[in-house]
Amino acid sequence: MSTAVPTQVGEPAGRRAQRKRGGPTQTTDRTKAERKLALMLCAPAVIAMLLVTVYPILYAIVLSMQKVDLRFPEESGFVGLSNYGAVLSSPLWWQDLFNTSLVTVTSVAIELVLGMALALVMHRALFARGTIRTAVLIPYGIVTVVAAFAWFFAFDPSSGFVNNLPLIPDEKAWFGNRQDAFTVIILTEVWKTTPFMALLLLAGLATIDEGLYEAARVDGASAWQRFWRITVPLLKPALLVALLFRTLDAFRVFDSIFIMTRGSQDTESVSILGYNQLISRLNLGLGSAVSVLIFILVLLIAFVFVRFLGTAVPSQGDKK
Amino acid sequence: MSGRILITIATIALAVGVSACGGEDTSTSGPVTLNWFIFNEPSGGPQKIADRCSKQSGGKYEINFEFLPAQADQQREQLVRRLGAKDASLDLLGLDVVWTGEFANAGWLAPVPASTERAVTANVFDSVLQTARFEDRLYTIPIWSNTQLLWYRKDRVRTPPKTWDEMIDIGEKLGPTRGRIQVQANRYEGVVVLVNQLIESAGTSILAGPKTVKLDKAPTEKALAIIGRLSNSTAAASNITTSTEDTARLGFEGPANGPSDSSFMINYPFVYPSAKTNRPKTVFPNMGAAQFPAVEAGKPSKPPIGGINIGVSSYSKHKAEAFAATECLVKPDNQLEIATAGGLPPVREDLYDQPEIDKVYPGFADEIRRAIKNAAPRPSESPAYQDLSLAIQRAVHPTTKIDPKNPEPTYDTLRDNVEKAVKREGLL
Repeated sequence: MSTAVPTQVGEPAGRRAQRKRGGPTQTTDRTKAERKLALMLCAPAVIAMLLVTVYPILYAIVLSMQKVDLRFPEESGFVGLSNYGAVLSSPLWWQDLFNTSLVTVTSVAIELVLGMALALVMHRALFARGTIRTAVLIPYGIVTVVAAFAWFFAFDPSSGFVNNLPLIPDEKAWFGNRQDAFTVIILTEVWKTTPFMALLLLAGLATIDEGLYEAARVDGASAWQRFWRITVPLLKPALLVALLFRTLDAFRVFDSIFIMTRGSQDTESVSILGYNQLISRLNLGLGSAVSVLIFILVLLIAFVFVRFLGTAVPSQGDKK
Repeated sequence: MSGRILITIATIALAVGVSACGGEDTSTSGPVTLNWFIFNEPSGGPQKIADRCSKQSGGKYEINFEFLPAQADQQREQLVRRLGAKDASLDLLGLDVVWTGEFANAGWLAPVPASTERAVTANVFDSVLQTARFEDRLYTIPIWSNTQLLWYRKDRVRTPPKTWDEMIDIGEKLGPTRGRIQVQANRYEGVVVLVNQLIESAGTSILAGPKTVKLDKAPTEKALAIIGRLSNSTAAASNITTSTEDTARLGFEGPANGPSDSSFMINYPFVYPSAKTNRPKTVFPNMGAAQFPAVEAGKPSKPPIGGINIGVSSYSKHKAEAFAATECLVKPDNQLEIATAGGLPPVREDLYDQPEIDKVYPGFADEIRRAIKNAAPRPSESPAYQDLSLAIQRAVHPTTKIDPKNPEPTYDTLRDNVEKAVKREGLL
């Protein structure tokens, strides 16, 4: 079906323009009919998407330019960009943005290394392949809130086992200072989502031709050289996709911070900030401005990955 | 063929839908169902009295429970989402005492009619009624109250301290293996309670009116200095910056296989039955109760006030029945029932003369009565109370950062934050 749809994302601009001007027509009745069918088949999905994603996004943008506070129904009206001004001029926003970036960068970096190691192990496993792959995936199958509670209780001084371990002081209050709290939050994120990273990388590894390794081995390349010269370059598309997905995901970190510190000890993320404005204060205007800013940042991250790092988006995957 | 099947299905769906919608409204015979959204109070007391009232109504109404989560902020979140969407399925609302202002200002609560007001306010503590009013109108009906006492170890401390400074002195003398003080100072509502009660006990208050900040400098700084002193004292619990009602309870009860390092705890009365179950031989027999400590000797303290008030949703289709139901629910016998089942203090002062209350609070019923009588509510007269709460939390947490010798920087932040919160400006 997809071959019948002529406009590919990566198509050279010239050719597209040519067709627009009504150049040499190759569109037969059959392709026209197929296109129509394709549109009709896509329509329900597109309409559903519009309803459940585009409408709320647009509504949030509209709300973000208004003064809306559910507790004060009589005071409302259009205020332009002043909500954005309030957010961007607040030191809290910048502090929370820094915190979010810190969690994102650290956890994704650790996940990448661990995920790669796990993927290599799963790829090369000689026995019990299925069991190993299933076992590695368990943390990813656990609901984030549940995982966050499990880690919270493990590190909690009154109920946890961690403080009973050797080398750790019995009285250590893990959520009582910023550094330790961040450590636990990042560990939770890493534990939870490394399997996701590993799985995407494993899929990438499976596409690499074994023959290349054999040839390299014959030429006397060491394991280290084979990894850096063959695995990493050929894995790059899968690697960047995995990094992109995880970065976008990590940037919206909410559950573990909410469960463990509620943002205290200066561990607040931008999502928690949005929650406080929207749910605690019921200040829908200000809260929507925070949400829209998070949305824009997520778009920016995706743009940077695709544009500058050359992450392949699915439709042009074959070009890479 | 398939078309006919579709039509049949659609007709059935429509018929079911219509009957489901119509059933509630048009029924002239049979009791109306009143949905009571409230957290699942573990003793089951509320269910018992609701069943009793449904029966006594003579077929007028039937109270149905819709349970909310255990955490207060999650309860609020669910109520707010439904009320924000004008959900008509809510009739009775179990509201935390600090939500009255914001729910009333949002137009979510039906004001209590005069006839009901007379019936439900008789003999009720003034401090409790203060939490039920907004702009001089009664919007909610108090059903049970709560307050904090000072719990101490009778075997280690002969007479309970009257002031915070005295308590910290004794705690420091007893040392970190025996003299710790358990409070609530994590960044959540609990630390707002601590700060508010100390400020009130020092002789000032956070607000002077719904939109005016009070916070007189000298007494507020005195209150903050005490919090700073406690937090940095050897008598503070090691987890003070993350402490809650529950960590305080666990800290006071101590480990199962050794002595507790704590001799003092500020907490609600639920800790009493808890110690009885968990440490029946060690901690429980030595547990004493006294008033929330004062800031200055000779100036009585202002203990906190908690509990539940019932509101009637302004979107309810059965307001008359709902108010009749609340009148029944808060009857003296029913309040006693709730106290007996779940240990929740009644809101009517005259009930503290009943022998049942002495059984629920053996030896400290009068302390609870006095604490509720002297209690000072949090500044929930402001509809922006959640803003205030967040602003206060941000200003004082972590309490270890308050310099007891120079509390001025914290005072300045607090004042600044509270002023912004009252105006609902900026991010919080």
